[in-house]
Amino acid sequence: MLTPDQALASVAGRLISLPAAPARVGTRWLVPLEFIGRALAPIYDVRLDLRSASHLLVMGDLRIPQVVIRYEVLGNAGRMTLDSTPQTPTGVVQEGNRIVIRYEADALDAVAPALTGQGPVPLIQSMRIEGAVITIELGPRFSGFRASTQDVGASSRITLDLVSIQPETVAPPPPPPPPSPPELPTFGSPPSIRTVVIDPGHGGEDTGVKGSEGTVEKNLTLTFARRAKSVLENRLGIRVLLTRDEDRSVPLDERTAVANNNKADLFVSLHANASLRPTTRGASIYVAAFSDADRAQAAIAPARVPIFGGGSRDIELVLWDLAQIRHVDQSMELAHIVEREFQNRVVLDSRPVERAPFRVLESANMPAVLIEIGYLSNGDQERLLASPDYQARFVDAFSDAVARFRDFLGGIGVER
Amino acid sequence: MTIRRALVVAGFTAIAVGLGWLLFVGLPRWYGAKPGRAVASAPAPAAPAPPGRKIKARLFYVADDGTRLAGVERDVAYGESSIEQAKAIVEAQIGAASEPFVSPVPAGTKLRALFVTPQGEAYVDFSGELRSSHPGGSLTEMLTIYSIVDALTVNLPAITTVQVLIDGKEVDTLAGHVDLRRPLIKNLTWVEQTESP
Repeated sequence: MLTPDQALASVAGRLISLPAAPARVGTRWLVPLEFIGRALAPIYDVRLDLRSASHLLVMGDLRIPQVVIRYEVLGNAGRMTLDSTPQTPTGVVQEGNRIVIRYEADALDAVAPALTGQGPVPLIQSMRIEGAVITIELGPRFSGFRASTQDVGASSRITLDLVSIQPETVAPPPPPPPPSPPELPTFGSPPSIRTVVIDPGHGGEDTGVKGSEGTVEKNLTLTFARRAKSVLENRLGIRVLLTRDEDRSVPLDERTAVANNNKADLFVSLHANASLRPTTRGASIYVAAFSDADRAQAAIAPARVPIFGGGSRDIELVLWDLAQIRHVDQSMELAHIVEREFQNRVVLDSRPVERAPFRVLESANMPAVLIEIGYLSNGDQERLLASPDYQARFVDAFSDAVARFRDFLGGIGVER
Repeated sequence: MTIRRALVVAGFTAIAVGLGWLLFVGLPRWYGAKPGRAVASAPAPAAPAPPGRKIKARLFYVADDGTRLAGVERDVAYGESSIEQAKAIVEAQIGAASEPFVSPVPAGTKLRALFVTPQGEAYVDFSGELRSSHPGGSLTEMLTIYSIVDALTVNLPAITTVQVLIDGKEVDTLAGHVDLRRPLIKNLTWVEQTESP
């Protein structure tokens, strides 16, 4: 029972005080918000809980924890904390291009924080809260994250440390990146290439080809690789690792292992060629070649292994020496994209794309090509390859090819 | 009695020595293929051929543009057995090329041994010059390897795969590119389509 202008109400014979008196406007009654909890709950005999910030009225024993979300930018990285009260079990997983946090609850009383101060290239694009699930859409600068949970008083806290792609500290001064052509797709395209491993061929005692004017293959491939790293990182925001960044000998298996262990999306081995005819010229792109016997050997049935707690699961086995077999079609696509970007920009071999059983490509568990930048057995080619202008032009074309290949992967929806 | 016994022992010894000679020296001379001498005396295609039977074989040299092999018909010494024939073909292939052709195999490379399994897998063992004198470059390496692989598989269809060994051992690569750990099959994509004379 309510009486206008009196801050009291009578519920089932009991008097309940209200912070303000109800007001009657026409046929409607206006009551203070506390009326819901103090008066309606005893009437309906359920727990009523009003969460004004998230516009929720909780009726009965629903599990709706309050989650306070904060996001702070820490230099290149970012940290998000999510405090849930009461303590609520959660699961954090990365699903493709998003991080999904699932609470064991019926809904969440939470408000997404402002994602400001991230700069022009965000780590987090957006976040949304649906039911008991918080979804964080990742930006192009995202490269990985670490999640930890801890109890803070009556709350449980999830801390997400988001790691950004950033250029590695490079000893040699990177060449100035040329201005980006306006038509180049940049950060808007799907980030299906995050890591590229570039392999400067030969090194140490293994000098590779020697040109008649003194150019040595192992030094030239390192120069091209450093330039490519700089341009890919600055222009495309891709993480680039080199299999060697100094003049040292690296076994072929170790070179591919750098790519496999770092889960690279692309592996490119750089070499300089030699011909027994002095006029042979131009760059060429090689894709691994496998025989039918190799393919038969690679087609191993998955191994069934027991798992902890009973049951079993199938594990796909990939033979190290033949890991490239299942990527060879994409590698060929990459080779043709590189060929198209090289056309009219760098000197191309008369047969620019070839298949060959090259050892360094066979173990790569990702699209992989070997690029021969030109012939050191040809004096004109040797001078051209040593010129910084030509090197910059070459690396520009290569960078555009990587961007095109990224578009290609995005177009076919590859999740790697 | 003792003299007689001694004569009997001496007689048996002489027979045993004779049989031994027959088994280990005589028979191999009659039936054997003189392995070492056959390898050493196999003629190079450009060199004047010693008298004897010849066969026509297709050998492979670097084509004019430098990016492919040119198939060339040449006289090669006749081999009594398929192994001898395979050796003669490899000897011819790794020998010096006559003008205007250029050999893709480094000068000084020698054939050390050649075996063929009943399944047609050839194991060809070269001296270290094949690797140590190689000028490098993936293209040249491909042409070197496939001149040998194709010379064997094209001329001797019974040979299906070729495994290259150096100084009797398996090797990873010649110059850092082509995987030599597994046997290679015939590959004519590295051979020019037009036949050279």
